[in-house]
Amino acid sequence: MAENLTVSLVAADRTVWSGEATMVIARTVEGDVGVLRGHAPMLSLLTDAVVEIAEVGGDVVIAVVDGGFLSVAGDRVSILSERAMLASEVDVDQARAELDEARGLIGSGGEAERRVRRAEARIRAVERVR
Amino acid sequence: MAVSLREYRARIKSTESMKKITRAMELIAASRIIKAQQRAQAAAPYARELTRAVSAVATFSNVDHPLTREEENPKRAAVLIVTSDRGLAGAYSSSVLKEAERLAEKLRSEGKEIDTYIAGRKGEAYYKFRQRPIVQAWTGFSDQPSYDVAAEIGAALIESFLKEQGEEGDVDEVHLVYTRFRSMLTQEPTAVRLLPLEVVEAEEGESVGRPDPSDVLPLYEFEPSAEEVLDGLLPQYVQSRVFFALLQAAASELAARQKAMKSATDNADELIKKYTRIANQARQAGITQEISEIVGGVNALADANSGSE
Repeated sequence: MAENLTVSLVAADRTVWSGEATMVIARTVEGDVGVLRGHAPMLSLLTDAVVEIAEVGGDVVIAVVDGGFLSVAGDRVSILSERAMLASEVDVDQARAELDEARGLIGSGGEAERRVRRAEARIRAVERVR
Repeated sequence: MAVSLREYRARIKSTESMKKITRAMELIAASRIIKAQQRAQAAAPYARELTRAVSAVATFSNVDHPLTREEENPKRAAVLIVTSDRGLAGAYSSSVLKEAERLAEKLRSEGKEIDTYIAGRKGEAYYKFRQRPIVQAWTGFSDQPSYDVAAEIGAALIESFLKEQGEEGDVDEVHLVYTRFRSMLTQEPTAVRLLPLEVVEAEEGESVGRPDPSDVLPLYEFEPSAEEVLDGLLPQYVQSRVFFALLQAAASELAARQKAMKSATDNADELIKKYTRIANQARQAGITQEISEIVGGVNALADANSGSE
């Protein structure tokens, strides 16, 4: 049974992606982490970054999260993020505009930096798909 | 007689157009309930995973977090009342406001002052009209709340909760009054305490879907540390609870509106029936009178003719 990981990527108001996968790569506050089958139970904080889910068939699902959590327990991986979305759902132009706007605000506080990170993560997710 | 007949016909007509409106509102509410329920269902996995994670951290670390810490001598309590933006939903808003009054009464008897936070225009209007102070109000989303609004409300509540006692705007407890959606027929105004958090509680049971007590929680590793994970988790947990309350309230509001509009439509039907009967009676009375007038006239003529001969 437990040949694969059961992954669910959940946003606050919907399930973004769920299914079987062989590997999950996410960026926690301490650095990138790859989860394979048999990983020790873990709960960690994520940063605004790209999450990669290697599906069973070999396809890779790329999604972007803005913070949130990664929880691994008994080959069940849940990624929780308030505003998670798949790379295909990202509006690139909007993300670029957001990035420019946020860059202009940099220096005015942590919020702007966070917005830059978030926008960059979105754009990176889209570029990764191409 | 003819005048009142015309009046009745006008009344029937206006009742009919009113019926059309209430009927349309009933149908709209009915279709939106389904959407609201779907939204609630879509939000359930997040709440479930979050609850799981929170209980995992709570089980394996010694939870002492500002958000779970009880103030020794609570003086102020914040109450968030979730009402609707629009009326025509029967007793929906007034029953939730009544529940809020009850809670306020109870808190006051415990010697706490109350800060009122409101979601929904109806509640805002109620408090403004009575000139009671509102700390903050959010409006314009009651039948389809988004997570962003919930996050905003949650953040505001957490902020005032975390202030030190004596500071401006500090509260020691946060309560939430909303209408719980039990079924299409029953919606129940409920008051729950949101903060300080009690991580182990069974109330929101069925709908949030708590982890089965029988499945043993694994020994988690926390990155970077249990405290920091908790730091990140708890505010989101609070926000997701607020979101849950808003979604429930939205579904309840629509259900209440559908019910109210259905009975309004039924009443209109009844009124139309009644007015039609009265109008028919008036019409019949008019005819009868005309006939008797004619007959009376003929008789009078005949009498006059026979008298002259």
